[in-house]
Amino acid sequence: MAEIHFTPNLRRHLRVESAEVPAGVLAEALETTFARNPGLRSYIVDDQGRLRPHVAIYVDGRRVRDRVTLRDEVGKNDRIHVMQALSGG
Amino acid sequence: MLLHLGTRKGYLALERSKRDDWRIVRTAFLGEPVSQLLPDPRSRRLYAALNLGHFGVKLHASEDGGASFTELSAPAYPKVADASAGAPSVDLVWCLEGVGTDPGSLLAGTIPGGLFRSNDGGASWRLNEALWNEPTRERWFGGGYPEPGIHSILSSPDGGRLVVGISCGGVWISEDGGASWQVRTEGMFAEYMPPDRRHEPAIQDPHRLSRCAADPNRIWCQHHNGFFRSDDGGRTWVSMTPEPSVFGFAVAAHPNDPDTAWSVPLVKDECRVPVDGKMVVARTRDGGASWEAVGRGLPEEHSFALVYRHGLEAHPDAGVLAMATTTGALWVSEDEGDSWHCVTTDLPPVYTLRF
Repeated sequence: MAEIHFTPNLRRHLRVESAEVPAGVLAEALETTFARNPGLRSYIVDDQGRLRPHVAIYVDGRRVRDRVTLRDEVGKNDRIHVMQALSGG
Repeated sequence: MLLHLGTRKGYLALERSKRDDWRIVRTAFLGEPVSQLLPDPRSRRLYAALNLGHFGVKLHASEDGGASFTELSAPAYPKVADASAGAPSVDLVWCLEGVGTDPGSLLAGTIPGGLFRSNDGGASWRLNEALWNEPTRERWFGGGYPEPGIHSILSSPDGGRLVVGISCGGVWISEDGGASWQVRTEGMFAEYMPPDRRHEPAIQDPHRLSRCAADPNRIWCQHHNGFFRSDDGGRTWVSMTPEPSVFGFAVAAHPNDPDTAWSVPLVKDECRVPVDGKMVVARTRDGGASWEAVGRGLPEEHSFALVYRHGLEAHPDAGVLAMATTTGALWVSEDEGDSWHCVTTDLPPVYTLRF
């Protein structure tokens, strides 16, 4: 299983915890997380399911490139970090 | 009397104990942009729309006057098949109003220019497809933001008649609760367009609409390059010239006197500061035939104050006017604008102010 971790800044707004998620592609890992915590979805992705412009996600240290369909691969031992992008100030 | 402020860095409520004595009595969402507020007398709820820089648009409601808030659903566009090609996502809740008598019935105007309705107090929202699918929407464009947006919603008591202001997309009227729409800007003109398109309805930039509660046919419009009055509920518009200038963002109708209104003039679109550095309020008492610059107590020189669209408001029945600026000052007048009391100059930029 991979792991997903979140910027502590999200905890200003809602309860969010690190968790194990399935390997595969990022979209699957996020959907697993949203299923457990439905309120989290709109904080990470926009109305169309795209990554929000000022959210950055790193998979095993690599910034994800596909921000629209979220098809970046997630290996079974990877760590996913959901961060606040500095572009958002 | 309570005054609610949505600012660049949070929500504040101020309470009036006596004339010129206002105190901040509570704050919420410290550090977060609060783009719009709705104190709703029908439900006794206070709604707050947030624009979290990183994490999107959110909507909260308070059942205890702003002491505590619970997150609701925010308006969101339906998913489209090809999300990569500029498919819409709500960037800002720009206006939020109760509609009709049902306390759960709300309308939200957003950037990009979608009108959303909730029938359950913000638990869920539905895009008004009739307005969104208007063929002329492709001509709308952003004013101050990359995308066009809905900033003003006026509704009749039963919610059957709606008047919506869009920057930049004109004034839209529905006589059937939002099922169908007509753009009505006859009398308006757009100096920022090529000569052959200056009178086109769907490119007008009404900055803000304000209606007289006692005479709903009387609507005032602070426009990008002019100031207009409608006597027929927004169907046709008459041009007028506030003093000392016609450019500004905010306008407030007097709740009881259809002939009185206020605006906060700035030099012009390319120089958004008070004329000669002197902050004034433009007031008419004769339906716009004549205007006077009033504002004893306001800064008389070197002022950079700008009052946003939703930053000027007349109390519905108490004879109190309030305005707040992007430079963080809050002013209150209890004599219809002749003189102003400075409550504070130490706020973040103020987006919205509501009684």
